[in-house]
Amino acid sequence: MDVQLKRGLLDICVLASIKNEDSYGYKIIKDIKPYVEISESTLYPILRRLESAELLTVHSAEHNGRLRKYYHITHAGLERIAAFTEEWEEIMSIYKFVTRGEDTNE
Amino acid sequence: MNKCEFLGELEKSLSELPEKDRSRSLDYYGEMIDDRTEEGLSEEEAVEALGSMEDITAQILMDTPLPSLVRAKVKKRRALKAWETVLLVLGSPVWLPLLIAAVAVALSLYAVLWVLVAVLYIVAFAFGLSAAACLVAAFAYLFSGAPAAAALSLGAAMLCAGFAILTGIASVQSTKGVIAMTKKLIRKIKSGFVK
Repeated sequence: MDVQLKRGLLDICVLASIKNEDSYGYKIIKDIKPYVEISESTLYPILRRLESAELLTVHSAEHNGRLRKYYHITHAGLERIAAFTEEWEEIMSIYKFVTRGEDTNE
Repeated sequence: MNKCEFLGELEKSLSELPEKDRSRSLDYYGEMIDDRTEEGLSEEEAVEALGSMEDITAQILMDTPLPSLVRAKVKKRRALKAWETVLLVLGSPVWLPLLIAAVAVALSLYAVLWVLVAVLYIVAFAFGLSAAACLVAAFAYLFSGAPAAAALSLGAAMLCAGFAILTGIASVQSTKGVIAMTKKLIRKIKSGFVK
């Protein structure tokens, strides 16, 4: 897959993984992994990027006697997901146009 | 590698980063290891699952904005104290000529290296020329009715040609070697300035 495209998709996937409830690093990876290849080292810069873009916020909470960082989606983050789905509806209709009638060829 | 060793190594390889960024990265990877060990993995297995250290540091460094990288580097180079500056200026009649001499020696050593390479080329060329001359002589002897001398000349021509080829190969190889060495040297000098 195109590197730029994958980068953008990963951003959205991370946002989607915290859409319904706050989550932490390892869980985010486990949730996304079935769909896109992601590792700890790729997630780290994404989280930082999303945080500095104010699409998510970080807070620490105690878990099993240690602090764990939880990520919470902001309003801007939700808007970003909405913009993504809208954009992809457009892209899907272009996809249908590009691949139309492919089965009947030859 | 257990968690402690891993984090120690990571800290070392992120030494170029500002303190804040470094501790954030360490927190993040520490938490990742904890979460995995909580699931029943051993510390060693958890560290293994994180992938290679090069990958991890490369990703972190790549995403750290350049200004903060540069700032962290510049900060490390402390400013000179006043007395150090005075000493530096007062001592300049001593250390400046020494420095110039050292640079001159280094440059001349480098020049000698190239001269040696040039000598190899010249020797190769001389052998080639001799080979041609001996060949001409061989024909001359042959036509003037001296077959023994002609055979000797022909032999000499072949010998010279052989040497010419060998020294030619040696000169090309040594040129390549010196060029590779120069590149390495330049890289070393550069990294000395950056750090």
